Amino acid sequence: MSEVTLVDAPRRRIECTVDDRPVRVGEGDTILGACNREGIDTPTLCWGDTLTPKNACRVCVVEVEGSRALVPACSRKVEPGMVVRTDTPRVRHARKLVLELLGSSVDLSTTPRVDEWYDRYEADPTRFGEVARTVAQPAKVDNDLYVRDYAKCILCYKCVDACGDQWQGTFAIAVAGRGFASHISTEYDVPLPESACVYCGNCIEVCPTGALSFKVEFDKRADGTWAEDRQQVTDTICPYCGVGCTLSLTVQDNQIVRVGSPHDSSVTHGNLCIKGRFGWAHVAR
Amino acid sequence: MDLQFQGGEASAEERGALDRLLATQAPRRDLVLPALHAVHDAVGWLSPAGIDEIGRRLDVAPAEVFGVATFYAMFSTTPRPRRVTYVCEDIACTGGAHLTLDPSTDAHAVLPSPCLGLCDHAPARLELDGGRYVGPMARTSTLRGDHLLANVGTTAYGDLVAYRAAGGYRALARSFEVGPAAVVQMVSDWGLVGRGGAAFPTGRKWAAVAAQPTFPHYVVCNADESEPGTFKDRVLLEDDPFAIIEAMTIAGFATGAAQGYLYLRGEYPLAAERLENAFRLARSAGLLGQDIEGSGFSFDIDLRVGAGAYICGEETAIFNSIEGYRGEPRNKPPFPVDAGLFAKPTVVNNVETLACIPHIVLGDARETKLYCLSGAVASPGVYEAPLTVTLRELIESAGGVREGSTLKAVLLGGAAGAFAGPDDLDVEMSFTALRDAGLSLGSGVVMVIDETVDLGAFLARIADFFVDESCGQCVPCRVGTVRQQEAVARLRSGGDALHELALLRDVGVAMRDASICGLGQTAYNAIESAITRIGMFTKGAR
Ligand SMILES: Cc1cc2nc3c(=O)[nH]c(=O)nc-3n(C[C@H](O)[C@H](O)[C@H](O)COP(=O)(O)O)c2cc1C
Ligand code: SF4
Ligand code: SF4
Ligand code: SF4
Ligand code: FES
Ligand code: FES
Repeated sequence: MSEVTLVDAPRRRIECTVDDRPVRVGEGDTILGACNREGIDTPTLCWGDTLTPKNACRVCVVEVEGSRALVPACSRKVEPGMVVRTDTPRVRHARKLVLELLGSSVDLSTTPRVDEWYDRYEADPTRFGEVARTVAQPAKVDNDLYVRDYAKCILCYKCVDACGDQWQGTFAIAVAGRGFASHISTEYDVPLPESACVYCGNCIEVCPTGALSFKVEFDKRADGTWAEDRQQVTDTICPYCGVGCTLSLTVQDNQIVRVGSPHDSSVTHGNLCIKGRFGWAHVAR
Repeated sequence: MDLQFQGGEASAEERGALDRLLATQAPRRDLVLPALHAVHDAVGWLSPAGIDEIGRRLDVAPAEVFGVATFYAMFSTTPRPRRVTYVCEDIACTGGAHLTLDPSTDAHAVLPSPCLGLCDHAPARLELDGGRYVGPMARTSTLRGDHLLANVGTTAYGDLVAYRAAGGYRALARSFEVGPAAVVQMVSDWGLVGRGGAAFPTGRKWAAVAAQPTFPHYVVCNADESEPGTFKDRVLLEDDPFAIIEAMTIAGFATGAAQGYLYLRGEYPLAAERLENAFRLARSAGLLGQDIEGSGFSFDIDLRVGAGAYICGEETAIFNSIEGYRGEPRNKPPFPVDAGLFAKPTVVNNVETLACIPHIVLGDARETKLYCLSGAVASPGVYEAPLTVTLRELIESAGGVREGSTLKAVLLGGAAGAFAGPDDLDVEMSFTALRDAGLSLGSGVVMVIDETVDLGAFLARIADFFVDESCGQCVPCRVGTVRQQEAVARLRSGGDALHELALLRDVGVAMRDASICGLGQTAYNAIESAITRIGMFTKGAR
């Protein structure tokens, strides 16, 4: 058998304009990719580096010449000659409102970078008044490994996609209900231990808001001992089987408080199994 | 797939319903919606065991089946009797006034419903038993027209011979003579634009699908008709189903599709019965199926019945619903003509759009539109008229404003439309004239509002409608419709008008600019037009 070296087929380059600057990107790249290349910081929430864009949150919208409505940067592919604007009054207004609508209905206290975006877009999530409807509800603490605090859920669909056809293939959770009452749910809303969940924690890995978190983190936040300034992350190889997944261990005060995996790892793409994700409870204390 | 089921053992009725559904067809994901209907019809609700059984038979995880089931308003996941009466709580029937329902019993549930598409029978009710149509039997409104409505009120709906005697199936024969390309050309040249609300040129859509090298192609007839105030498609489907079947067959022939889907809203059980019957008759006459009339062209149609979701009329949500997923719109591009149903090139057309097709193929130059007149007119109903008709003439043809009433406003285009004021009555009721006047024809809604209607309550009901019908996928619409509802409520109870109107505008603009689909993009339209055109909430007009 002859040796075949596989190389990526060379991609055609496409020219477009972003904020009046000419930009060259590869065919198939998104507007978000073009923005990143130009160093234009774009807020994203439902986009995930290991997932197919769901383009549901709309915080990344931009103006594209010739398009009546604004366009999600995270999913829209660049077309030759496309003229994109990322900081027009319309874009700023839409991003501001998306942040205000989310901030007024969901607890974003553990969502990274939100305060920075509030400032940038002069968003005031309190402007809808005290009586504005929210998704506030008690956290679901129904197992020892992780907690589902849906008062923090922005309904980005990432956990569903990670659990379902995009990675885990378990389909333990789905979106149920409709409209403002839509929510992430197991079948008939049963507690996790009665559901199909296999505790791979791949949903936690992709959750952008902290709605899904390790029980240890949840407890530490609750009793005020969660301290990111005392945490370090170290990578190691999972000892449990021969696959050799890279684990990123977050350690605080000699205790493992979170286990992830690098999203750019060609072995895991950020995904693990129950042993890698949670099998360390007895390791370091 | 290695799926896990623990909802318990399904009952004999639940299993029997699925046995019957699957007796003649192989299990597939896109049978989720029919399977949910089968079980729901059999026992009145969807139990955990029933949902599990559907998942097991169709190889779909129970969490997903549950997610689909809870998307639809007509499905219950708590015990409910099979006999249900829906009482319309929507604008033409109540004017937004609060509805008091008769109490439900163990044998008979009474539930509120958004517009039932029976606005010409306001106040409307719909009674179902195990999903089957019970009533109201008497349908007495005015249905006036001699072109698209020519067969309405005759027996042609159940009688293929009568349909053919009235000229039916001549257009299909003509299509076979001239060939697919010529049919597309005729539709383009005639200048037909879609009647579903977006006024898109039909010929362009057909040409795009016909030219696609990927197969199969599909034809979808959009009969979800759920825009409040719209009931013209129901009339066509109930009284002239063969015309729609013939038109879909022509569409399939012209665009290279062998399979069509007719997606009917769940609130139209009488149309469903008549369509099923018409499909049967057409099949046994060789007008659906293999090698139709010796032409070598084969085409068939599946009926898909919705279950209470306005959003499923959106042209991509309809695909997800048919495929057995939650009826959430898809982001565009890709457009349906490139990747639609089952990711294949697809033509989606409204019922009335299709009803125009046979006439066009036969060279008839007359262009008419079906207008749905409801509210404070003497004779509510469907009125067919040329697009040059004025609003005043339409109202007059429906007997004028109800005796003793004075006209306050007219809602055009439904909940996603806009209000015309008493000064707008001479506007021509065409797509372009209305657009130029800052109004919209939409799906042909002409809802006349008189002085007895509390416009604040009317607007509040429109705001509620969008909250109830938002699919919930994108933030501007999922949360924006709620904030809109809250602001309208505060305005009605004397809130700070300046503050609330600014809030409404800010939210409205974001919904219009940043929502995924037309629902969120138009959710502020009617409220905005009430403010800007008829001075609602601004000049103490309350
Ligand atoms: C929320 C929403 C609901 C819609 N509902 C319907 C409907 O019930 N029937 C319909 O024909 N079109 C409906 N449409 C328009 C369709 O998206 C699409 O434009 C139409 O079916 C195309 O057919 P036409 O070109 O023949 O009009 C709806 C659009 C939106 C955004
Ligand atoms: S832990 Fe794994 S199996 Fe369980 S819900 Fe999350 S992704 Fe699905
Ligand atoms: S739980 Fe997290 S990942 Fe899942 S939808 Fe909510 S915010 Fe997104
Ligand atoms: S605009 Fe509304 S209905 Fe349309 S996708 Fe977004 S949430 Fe769903
Ligand atoms: S990040 Fe693009 S829509 Fe959410
Ligand atoms: S049936 Fe009541 S508003 Fe249409």
